[in-house]
Amino acid sequence: MSSGAELTSQEYITHHLANLKVGDGFMAVHLDSLGWSVFLGLVFLTIFRSVAKKATPGVPGKLQCAVEMVVGFVDDSVKSTFHGKNELIAPLSLTIFVWVLLMNSMDWVPVDLLPHLIHWATGMPLADIYMKPVPTADPNITFGLALGVFILIIFYSIKVKGVGGFMKELTTQPFGHWSLYPVNFILETVTMLARPLSLALRLFGNLYAGELIFLLIATIGLFQLPVHFLWAAFHLLVIPLQAFIFMMLTIVYLSLAHEDH
Amino acid sequence: MDINMTLVGQLIAFVVFVIFCMKYVWPPIIGAIEERQAIIADGLAASDRAAKDLELAQEKATSQLKEAKIQAASIVDAAKKHEAKIVEETAGKAQAEKERILATGHAEIETERNRAREELRKEVAILAVAGAEKILERSIDGAAHSDILDKLVAEL
Repeated sequence: MSSGAELTSQEYITHHLANLKVGDGFMAVHLDSLGWSVFLGLVFLTIFRSVAKKATPGVPGKLQCAVEMVVGFVDDSVKSTFHGKNELIAPLSLTIFVWVLLMNSMDWVPVDLLPHLIHWATGMPLADIYMKPVPTADPNITFGLALGVFILIIFYSIKVKGVGGFMKELTTQPFGHWSLYPVNFILETVTMLARPLSLALRLFGNLYAGELIFLLIATIGLFQLPVHFLWAAFHLLVIPLQAFIFMMLTIVYLSLAHEDH
Repeated sequence: MDINMTLVGQLIAFVVFVIFCMKYVWPPIIGAIEERQAIIADGLAASDRAAKDLELAQEKATSQLKEAKIQAASIVDAAKKHEAKIVEETAGKAQAEKERILATGHAEIETERNRAREELRKEVAILAVAGAEKILERSIDGAAHSDILDKLVAEL
């Protein structure tokens, strides 16, 4: 909590949880979240594209080995859950997994490091620097991803089952009697909407909480160092797990969308 | 939670990244992996085949070796038999030759002895005649006393 003794803990935390924002209201954009998100996505694509360009079925290099491990892992996950033929799901899952993993990993960047670097480089007063570098701790980012997945769920549901089939699925179950069809529709709609909501909120909640705890730890003075270490070590579990869950649920939802009853 | 255009930005980035990944990242990498898997599978199958071939070859070699041993044994057997036969034949021939040589020798010796005996007889006869001449101090008329001489020669 070196950012100034004049701040109270509450002010410190509130300051760190505020995004770097341009615009007002709905038209606002969080430059830090979106910037880091796009940057990390480009990091992912650059590395993987560089390997893809030189990919050889012969003896692979070390980077190719590492990338192939990730690709193989995602491919296995997709194949174990999704049994149809779809050119999109595997690369979609790979993008989600690696991108979310990288975005979650920003949680390991010490909370005051980036503001202080900016302060040191530009001379801006710390109080004016807003930098929240964990994109997945921003609901806009997680909802953006979940909305993309949701659109795909709807798209494939209609593509595979047709509009009628999709509507039938929404209305004729779980209760078989026609008089209960409106009830069915409400239940199924809630189920359908719960998917992207839970997807987005789970990721956001985990990472936001993680970030918040880091900030809390940062306010306890000298003893924060071992505690930071413990919390960061705990995130060795949380960060890949949340990325994996997001990917896995995406695959599951999309394979459900492909199932014709 | 303030939801704003960041969400839309993220959604657009998501779509673009997924499309890029689907077009330019996933296919080459998974292609390389699957190709390598096929190569490895082929290699394993080939090595399996080679191991089986080796086993077969070893079996074949063993059986051929056994056969060769049997053949060699039979050849050696035949050779021994042949040798024994040759030895026997040779021995027989040698025996016959020996007998023949002995017989010839005996015959030669016999003729030689007869000849010598004949000569001796003649010489003895001459000596006897000479002795008799000396004793009688006169010559014996060969013709007149040839009957005595012949008798003498026959007695010797």
